[in-house]
Amino acid sequence: MLAPLLGVFALASAIPFIGDDYWVLIATRAAIYWVLISGLNLIVGFAGQLAIGWVALLTLGAYTTSVLAAGQVSPPVPPFVALGIAGVVGAVFGVIVGLPALRLRTFYFAITTLGFSTIVTQVALAWQPVTGGGVGIVGPALPAPFDSAAGFFYLCLAGAALCGWLTVNVAQSRFGRALIAVRDSDVAAQASGISKPHLLVTVFVFSGALAGIAGGLFAGLQTYITPEAFTFDLSVLFFIAVLIGGRGSILGPLLGTIILTLLPEFAAPLAAWSTFLYAALLLVIVLAAPGGIAALLDWRNRKPLEKHRVIVPRPAVLSELLPTQTVSESLMLRGIVVSFGAVRAVDGLDLEIRPGQVHGLIGPNGSGKTTVLNVVSGYYRPERGEMRIGSVPLVAAAPETRALRGIARTFQTPRLIGEASVLQNVLIGGTVNGRGTFVESLFSLPRHRRDEKSLEADALAALRTVGLELLAAVRADRLQHSELRFMEIARALMLRPAFLLLDEPAAGLAADEIVRLGQLVRAISQRGTGVLLVEHHADLIFAICDHVTVLNLGQVLASGTPAEIRAHKEVVGAYLGA
Amino acid sequence: MFGSILASGLAVGAIYALIGVTYNTMFSASRVMSFTAGQLGMLGGVFGSLFVLRLGLPLIVGLVLTLAVCAVVGLVTELVAVRPVLKSLEQHLYVLSTLALALMVQQSTAILWSTEPQPFPRIFAVGAGGPVDERFWLPLLACGATIVGLELLYRHTLVGHAFLAIAEDNFVARSLGLPERNLRIASYALAGVIGGLAGFSGGALLLAFVANGHLLNFYGFIPVALGGLGNNRGSIVGGFVLGLFQQAATFLVGGIFASVAVFALFIIALLAAPQGLFGAPASRRV
Repeated sequence: MLAPLLGVFALASAIPFIGDDYWVLIATRAAIYWVLISGLNLIVGFAGQLAIGWVALLTLGAYTTSVLAAGQVSPPVPPFVALGIAGVVGAVFGVIVGLPALRLRTFYFAITTLGFSTIVTQVALAWQPVTGGGVGIVGPALPAPFDSAAGFFYLCLAGAALCGWLTVNVAQSRFGRALIAVRDSDVAAQASGISKPHLLVTVFVFSGALAGIAGGLFAGLQTYITPEAFTFDLSVLFFIAVLIGGRGSILGPLLGTIILTLLPEFAAPLAAWSTFLYAALLLVIVLAAPGGIAALLDWRNRKPLEKHRVIVPRPAVLSELLPTQTVSESLMLRGIVVSFGAVRAVDGLDLEIRPGQVHGLIGPNGSGKTTVLNVVSGYYRPERGEMRIGSVPLVAAAPETRALRGIARTFQTPRLIGEASVLQNVLIGGTVNGRGTFVESLFSLPRHRRDEKSLEADALAALRTVGLELLAAVRADRLQHSELRFMEIARALMLRPAFLLLDEPAAGLAADEIVRLGQLVRAISQRGTGVLLVEHHADLIFAICDHVTVLNLGQVLASGTPAEIRAHKEVVGAYLGA
Repeated sequence: MFGSILASGLAVGAIYALIGVTYNTMFSASRVMSFTAGQLGMLGGVFGSLFVLRLGLPLIVGLVLTLAVCAVVGLVTELVAVRPVLKSLEQHLYVLSTLALALMVQQSTAILWSTEPQPFPRIFAVGAGGPVDERFWLPLLACGATIVGLELLYRHTLVGHAFLAIAEDNFVARSLGLPERNLRIASYALAGVIGGLAGFSGGALLLAFVANGHLLNFYGFIPVALGGLGNNRGSIVGGFVLGLFQQAATFLVGGIFASVAVFALFIIALLAAPQGLFGAPASRRV
């Protein structure tokens, strides 16, 4: 990912030699925009939060730097210190603008950011003593050698290259993958232990800081700023650059930034229509190529896949991935009651999942099986009852805590991140295994690199276990349904789970695939993992389960060995049939 | 002063309420929140001024033409920005396509019409100035007419029932044979008419100003957010509450801080009740 990026910046460094001052200024503008857009890319492209009004942070950064450097509220601050303070201000307001994203849906959040950007511009207009109101304020003057066009350009180019490097590091880290998981499947993200609030706040702080610094540099470029310089059109430009570039990519938005900065120069007679053209371009992209430039450049994923693919799991490889468990504590549920309004979905359930055993959970539709799974994995809060592993209780309604307790699950409908590769999908399962912090990933420090190496080794082992290693680089949404089911199991294995919850994993699989699934599940349980298997395929249940619980209308109808259950009169009557 | 706050608050609130109804009508038919709702309000004022003042057409003709143009814009929204992205389940795409279309509408209006606020014709020559000036009660009249019209439509006509069915449960309605696509097209045309009416009746108050599009997008969304998505009654109540609050803040505190106050109210209300004060909580995710 890094090479094309460096290529672009290397090419750009030649501009002062081949162009005149005017083009140097244009290139400086593009570099400054990229400083902001690289951060916005993480928010819009990776985290999927539509922050349309992000220009508010550019405004804040520009005014902070200018006001401090001009000495309006304090003795004049040296320009670079003012830039640093602008970064801090940007970080703080980045969180403020971004916080509603934790509670609000897409469109609502977009509108709040729009409102915020309007407010900031109006405050800039009204707060005359400090910001100069409509008259404006002079921008910061940087010391030599940065006061010449070329000098300032190289400063901004260095900043842009740094931002490119930082964001590539994030994209290739577990944080970048976690962002994409939160964007496309927050249910799967929670099951993998990803905490959306922590992650989003971190990204808003980082992106806000970048936007603030970009604002300061922008003020330096303009040399004089007024509130009119920070229009909604500019915000739209930033936003469109990310989307034209393509989500989940760094190179795409970089190219998008360059294209959008250069567009008005080449369409000079249409300068008045430039925003109209941006909007038309956005519309065309959305309708014709929603993946943006990144999707157009992704020729690897246009190669046709082999048609009659067979999934051959290799349970023997499990020894690489799962150490033999020494966990001896069971997962216990006692007296669980779950209601939805007046409906009692689960009515007093006792269940024990022993390590090293496959525990089947069967029953007619609507008997509460998936509800039980959802309670154990924390998506539903039980009205009554307790859940424990050993003596430590499981926190109710907190799905992101389960990964650290060693509980992994798959879903009734596969939850995948379609635009990411199979390998990345599986890597997301191991997010909590990483030790490095966000800052370490940002600067690609040794601990981050160690994390990535071991995660990748684990993921490839997991894929070899389920038999999908040949498809590791393929986009997940190109896979067949049965392959997605096995991919979910590989993702779950990344946690080295003490307990594995499987929600109808055989649904939609062919007969031979079901047999292989059964062998794989048995092998996983023999490594010491306790498996809870919710299923409708009775043959699979009786073939591999050590213990079976039958639910009917939310209550336990029978519980015992497969042989006992098979012969149990009530179970035969309610569910199995003769 | 209290009379001024009441008069302008109710008037502006009626406009916001109608834009909220526009958002809701588009949402009910397609589950899509469209950025073009505010632009329709702007176009109502702009085209009203164009037809009646610039081209000198009689008032009724001007009104009918304006509503027709806005209906066409609604249809274009459906065709270009909504229908192609309905197939994809990605939520972000419709935000982008409607945003792009709204921007195109706004920019072309700014270039072809004017970036400055233009005068809007007087409809009746009574009550010039003062709290009973027509610019205060015309929006209320339009709002009332819309409420009555929509009630009649939804409760007493088959087409209205079909609209409700599509909004309530899309799949069942289709399986019953309701022509979902045509109903959606009709809904968007209806939304265009409502938006255009909001703009036309509010033209004397807001003037024919291109920046109204952006303004109405934001202020017209707040009643929807407060009242719950798809809930017209909530939207109307929310609109009046917003209008009164905003005008009170403007008169008592002053321009900038009024905007900040409205925005703060909006954020707090949304964070406290993300589904809206009258809305229903989200359903099962897993």
